[in-house]
Amino acid sequence: MLSHLAVLQVVVPLLAAPTCLILERARAAWLFACLACLLSLGISIALFMQVEASGPISYALGGWEAPWGIEYRIDALSSFVLLLINLVAAAVIIGANSSLTAELPEPRHSPFYVLFLLCFAGLQGIVATGDAFNVFVFLEISSLATYALVALGRDRRALFAAYQYLIVGTIGATFYLIGIGFLYSLTGTLNMADMAQLLPGLEEQRLVAAAFAFVVIGIAMKLALFPLHGWLPDAYSQAPSMATAFLAASATKVALYLFIRMYFEVLGQDAVNALFPVGKLFLLLGAIAVILASLAAIRQNNVKRVFALSSVGQIGYLVIGVGLGNALGLQAALLHLFNHGLIKAALFIAVAAVVCRVGGSRLEDFRGLGRAMPWTMGGMVIGALSLIGVPLTAGFVSKWYLVLAAMESGLWPLVALVLIGSFIALFYVWRIVEVAYFQPRDGAAVSEAPLMLLLPLWAMALANLYFGIDTSLTVGGSEQAVNFLMGSRP
Amino acid sequence: MVRARDLFATVMLSGIYGLLSASFFILMDAADVAFTEAAVGAGIFPLLMLTVLTSVGRYEAERRRVRYLPLFVMVVLAGALFAAVLQMPPFGAVDAPSHGHVAQRYIQDSPAEIGIPNMVTSVLASYRGFDTLGEVVVIFTAAVGVVVILLGGRPKTPQQSTQALMAEHKVLRVVGKMLIPLILLFGLYVQFHGEYGPGGGFQAGVIFAVGIILYAMLFGLSNAQRVVPLGVLRWLVALGVLIYGSVGLANLVVGGEYLNYSMLASDPVTGQHIGIILIELGVGITVASAMVLIFFAFTRATRSRDELEE
Repeated sequence: MLSHLAVLQVVVPLLAAPTCLILERARAAWLFACLACLLSLGISIALFMQVEASGPISYALGGWEAPWGIEYRIDALSSFVLLLINLVAAAVIIGANSSLTAELPEPRHSPFYVLFLLCFAGLQGIVATGDAFNVFVFLEISSLATYALVALGRDRRALFAAYQYLIVGTIGATFYLIGIGFLYSLTGTLNMADMAQLLPGLEEQRLVAAAFAFVVIGIAMKLALFPLHGWLPDAYSQAPSMATAFLAASATKVALYLFIRMYFEVLGQDAVNALFPVGKLFLLLGAIAVILASLAAIRQNNVKRVFALSSVGQIGYLVIGVGLGNALGLQAALLHLFNHGLIKAALFIAVAAVVCRVGGSRLEDFRGLGRAMPWTMGGMVIGALSLIGVPLTAGFVSKWYLVLAAMESGLWPLVALVLIGSFIALFYVWRIVEVAYFQPRDGAAVSEAPLMLLLPLWAMALANLYFGIDTSLTVGGSEQAVNFLMGSRP
Repeated sequence: MVRARDLFATVMLSGIYGLLSASFFILMDAADVAFTEAAVGAGIFPLLMLTVLTSVGRYEAERRRVRYLPLFVMVVLAGALFAAVLQMPPFGAVDAPSHGHVAQRYIQDSPAEIGIPNMVTSVLASYRGFDTLGEVVVIFTAAVGVVVILLGGRPKTPQQSTQALMAEHKVLRVVGKMLIPLILLFGLYVQFHGEYGPGGGFQAGVIFAVGIILYAMLFGLSNAQRVVPLGVLRWLVALGVLIYGSVGLANLVVGGEYLNYSMLASDPVTGQHIGIILIELGVGITVASAMVLIFFAFTRATRSRDELEE
């Protein structure tokens, strides 16, 4: 079975989903989903170690070798991203039962687990595959599941948020598909590695340009890159809290992964930039996203929205790293992809714990929680410190690399931007901390969140501290990925 | 379609559009695609949209204004698309890359490697069988999503008998009674003939579902749900995916890669046959039950709102 780990990584959650639907009873479905996620986490750890030890794994689905069949390709980049998604999914699913009990009527629980597993499997499928069309299929699975997850939110506005996201997401996926269609008509293959070999030296420049443009814009919509981010704050603030925790930590990260894969490996950074200045555009859009989204986050009254808008800003940092185009910038982007996933998982699980006990996530709901829910707020503060980028947290490491990369390119304004962005983050985080610790709670007493929510919250919070101190795994993993990407297309 | 204010007309026009595109695909010799488009675009899509209309009303509530920014974006996009398409290899060109590279093996070797006459099925079910598993899961996801949003989770078959949508149309009922067995039979034919001619699980599933939906429209929802209760459908929609996925797992057990059917029998070609028949069955079951489930969810949601208003 060891040689099949690559495909089992995706197949386990994919087949666990229909099984959960048959199980029907909420508790049984939850236990089964936990089992599937933990198994998947084990597989991702094994794959990560296997890739680190002996290089990329190629798996021919159906026994048909690429490019005729579909190839699963686990290399340094994909195993790194898979590890992140699995860590977050395991944390979220363990806490999901307690959070759902407080948020959703019981009959909606087992469909939640089904959709969660589908979304999880879809995201992993995008990362594991080496086939450009297979990406689209799994993009559809994860997107459809995400729309339904958002629509499950208890407010009626959740339906509208899901609908908005559905429209934008479908346009994005269609753009990607059109781009892949053009690439297929140019190369006659759907395999990424094969495509990367055939693309240079093609004569039909207009068609190549259109293909690039559609792929890039399509992924940018999924990535919620400014100014295509309109769907994100509503979707994240309306979805059930644990769904938000998972999506915020993984969905946009996978979109960025896909972008990096297409941009550096398949299309080729230089080839794309010869047609459009994508790198410069990304620097500009990323910078605007950091400033505008962070400023917007200060004015929000709902903590979920604060963190959702902060996500839009953090995506700005990620694309800045990609836009710099040098090895250090890419490494900063990958590091921040991983660390920001952990940060947002911790923060949104903390919000879920608050919603579970208090019933809402408005700023005034947090009054006095520092005393009433010390463990929850403690975990949240660690996540928040990491978000700001305080030394000894994971967030510091990735911002440090981003600053180094900007200095290497001689772009001093970017260094200033990172500092300003962190300063604004301090501002909007402080508003929450102030309310929680320095304002008295009135009304009924609130008890600490259930253990099953504190466990994943603290696992994520401690991960933020751990990866802030011992960076060998994250820096090493991202470095391998960068070497692999930059080496494949010098 | 864009200018129509009457949504009923929009739905009908989109059905016609589906039928026309199906004819285009036939002209381009893509019989399988045409079949799917005819079954989905001209068959089940207008049917489901009509069901939606019964709950949202027939006419648009507001008059739309022309918005210039989206219009501008659309024009630019269309321009880019046309400019790009003009550089695509001409239709049917022998030296087009899409005919030369990967497709060549599908055409030349699939009769020996998989042994079925319909190459499209060979590609869909075997060479790229994992994509097809993904597509089935997409449909499964859609069904779960629609049911949970409209029915709030656990669907239960209603006790009270409800009036059929078209109960008063005697002629329709008689003709329907004659046609429904034929539709179901045709669905089965398409299901099992997919290896030899155009067709397969997707089209068969849709056709089969249309037969049941027609029955529900003519004879009432509660009658139809006595034939296929929601609990059973929920079970079936998962079962299809599990059948498909388990075939893959069975391949792992006998020592092949995931979805490598060649190991299922001593002769690789027989193994491919067995595998393809099994996974197509899975596709058919999930697609048919997903379509019926979505239809039931829409009608039930409408029904319960009407009851509330009364």
